[in-house]
Amino acid sequence: MPWRLSQAGILGINCRNRDFIARYNDRKLYPLVDNKLQTRLLSERFLLAAPRLRHVVYHQHEVAHIEKYLDTLQAFVLKPAKGSGGKGIWVIVGRQGQNFIKSSGAVVGLEDIRRHMSNTLAGVYSLAGTPDVVLIEDLIECDESLQRYSYEGVPDIRMIVFRGYPVMAMLRLSTHASDGKANLHQGAVGVGLDIATGRCLKAIQFSRTIDKHPDTGLVLSDIAINDWHRLLTLAARCYEMTGLGYIGADMVLDKQHGAQLLELNARPGLAIQVANGLGLLPRLRHLEALSPAMHKNVEQRVDYVKQVFAS
Amino acid sequence: MMPSRLPLYLLLLLLVTSAIAIALLRHQQTQIPFLPGEQKPVWLVEARIDFVAGGGPALVSFSLPGENRAFRLFSEQAASPGFGFSVVEHEDGRRGEWTKRDVNGSQTLYYKAQFVSRAEPAWQAVTEPPVAQTVVWDEPEATAASQLLASAMEKSGHAESLARELVKLLNNPEPDQNASLLLSREPEPGHLLVELLNQAGVPARVVMGLYLEDARRRQPLTTMVEIFTGEHWQLMHAESGVTGVPENLLLWHRGRDGLLDVMGGHSSRVSFSMIHQTVPALQLAQSQVQDNLFNRLSVHQLPIEEQSLFKMLFLLPIGAFVVVLMRILVGIKTAGTFMPILISLAFLQTSLLPGLVSFIVIVSLGLLLRGYLSHLNLLMVSRIATLVVLVVFMTSFISLVGYQLGLDTGMTVTFFPMIIIAWTIERMSILWEEDGPQEVVKQGGGSLLVAVIAYLLMQMPQVVHLTFNFPEVNLILLAAILLLGQYTGYRLTELYRFRQMGHDEA
Repeated sequence: MPWRLSQAGILGINCRNRDFIARYNDRKLYPLVDNKLQTRLLSERFLLAAPRLRHVVYHQHEVAHIEKYLDTLQAFVLKPAKGSGGKGIWVIVGRQGQNFIKSSGAVVGLEDIRRHMSNTLAGVYSLAGTPDVVLIEDLIECDESLQRYSYEGVPDIRMIVFRGYPVMAMLRLSTHASDGKANLHQGAVGVGLDIATGRCLKAIQFSRTIDKHPDTGLVLSDIAINDWHRLLTLAARCYEMTGLGYIGADMVLDKQHGAQLLELNARPGLAIQVANGLGLLPRLRHLEALSPAMHKNVEQRVDYVKQVFAS
Repeated sequence: MMPSRLPLYLLLLLLVTSAIAIALLRHQQTQIPFLPGEQKPVWLVEARIDFVAGGGPALVSFSLPGENRAFRLFSEQAASPGFGFSVVEHEDGRRGEWTKRDVNGSQTLYYKAQFVSRAEPAWQAVTEPPVAQTVVWDEPEATAASQLLASAMEKSGHAESLARELVKLLNNPEPDQNASLLLSREPEPGHLLVELLNQAGVPARVVMGLYLEDARRRQPLTTMVEIFTGEHWQLMHAESGVTGVPENLLLWHRGRDGLLDVMGGHSSRVSFSMIHQTVPALQLAQSQVQDNLFNRLSVHQLPIEEQSLFKMLFLLPIGAFVVVLMRILVGIKTAGTFMPILISLAFLQTSLLPGLVSFIVIVSLGLLLRGYLSHLNLLMVSRIATLVVLVVFMTSFISLVGYQLGLDTGMTVTFFPMIIIAWTIERMSILWEEDGPQEVVKQGGGSLLVAVIAYLLMQMPQVVHLTFNFPEVNLILLAAILLLGQYTGYRLTELYRFRQMGHDEA
């Protein structure tokens, strides 16, 4: 019932679009996050930790001799710059002779990679079907403490950042059902995280509360993310970097380099509320009422949310 | 902070009130009805002319009703086997002329006309004041006429009262000798009255009218007199002296020419029958070409082909509204935001079931072929172009098969927007690869659901009638769309999506 949802402070799509995205996200800034190449270049400028960009394929003719760039790489990720919802991302975890092994275990040849690149360049994965470019990035080696929870894919941490304050966070674990992808509607597990500590609040799959990961069988309530403060800081800094008031930051915890920014989303989804069992609206309205001068820097903002939004 | 919503609400109010005002004004000015099936009463009058032809050529000239204060001619037709018929404009009004080269024996001619009561009887403007005609009397009538006039003039001040006095004198049950002398020469008091009035310098003329009463047959025309009062023609009953036009009197004939002239025949006779019937009000409104802004800017002025284009165009806002409604309030996912509207427009041509079946067949076949295309490792643009070509072939094939099977709907399949279908197939195919078949069914089904709802609305006769004849109602839709753009509440699908959350709190 609608009043029950509004009592629980659930943010609906219409409200998100009108009251937050349209109001706090300047449209001219969208390309900074819709185009992952721009995000990546920006994060380099702002010294935000992110997977290393190895090469960018701009034109179709480069696809013909792409192997000379791939030769030096053992494991890498192919990403369309304008893709959305994880579409068109190929994760190559290793090689098998001439062929490549995808994260799903599937073996693909160089021809498959070329075709995928052609598709990407032509805009198959881009939001409006416009021509695109392919990013070739280093593969993240996820922190062992988290990787063991996930089936196949790399677990990532999604945080909603409103006016520079991290508001809510969840960990996304891929499953067999989600085919290694981290999208909740495809069956990935969402683990709501306490914004103050990075500890598990609740876990869901297909909108239902679960205790154990369906594939790995590990108890999810034990999850506590390492290096939580740095993740919060990384997410909060994205506000200064992009100027967008309402964003979703997708991050991973690398084995060696710690918190890494994967991508940003100017229209982050609402499933995070289900994973947390909490509505976003009260927190957003609380932050909306704050004076912009109240907290001068990232550290102060992160400390503030740790204090007020602790569960 | 939050911008004031007041200007927007004022705009919405302005849109809605102006739409309603324009529609009401248009309704009042052009008489176009608000409902498609509305009927308006009309009088169907049939004049039957009988005569006996004497062999050889015949010409029948019959006075036709012209301008009327209380009635408007809606349609007319003549039925007359073997006769040529034409309407000729004469000085005193229109005349219908039947001609035949060689005609013998008794003949019957029909003239039928439909009349509508005017909402407000209009005075007919008199462009130039008429002049009284000179009347030539023989003796002793000349003396009798001047004496009669002299006695009437004594008691009257102006044209109308003079006429009334003359009527009194002529219709006296025991007329004086002057009146009886004149009546013996001219037994019709109407004609006599006109002659006397003209002699007195008052322009007057004989008119013939028909009293309209439902389901009457073989009615004659009533002779009446029109007197020029200095401003306009005043109708007067020649026997009672009552002035003014009775509500149910249809003026049929006026002037000096005869009501009916038959050349090449004899024993001619005319009688009238009439019946009260109803016709579609829209047809009535369209027949009434008045020169006002609404009629000049009306789509009815366009050729029929362009009109049907506009009929389609004015339906588009309905489709847009349905899409907005389904996406914002319900939260249905569609493949391509406004693709469902194009599909529903195609359904309007194909009708629902054949359209639905052929759409699903074309898209499914397209998905199969697209599966093969993905092996060819084509660049995207050429892949979609290939799909366009294939879709063209598929629709042509379906329509040709339909035609051979004798299905009329077969040909209309070509109304499907091919490019949009090709894109839909491409999107669906990617969706299938990325998110699995359920998502394809969900979005495809969502699109079709929206298309079907839009179609069901668009084919409603009331909706077509209103959007086409009163395009301003689309402003109301626009206001509704703007209002929905303000909605920040939950979508129907979100109630399901977040169903757990409500329960946790409870």
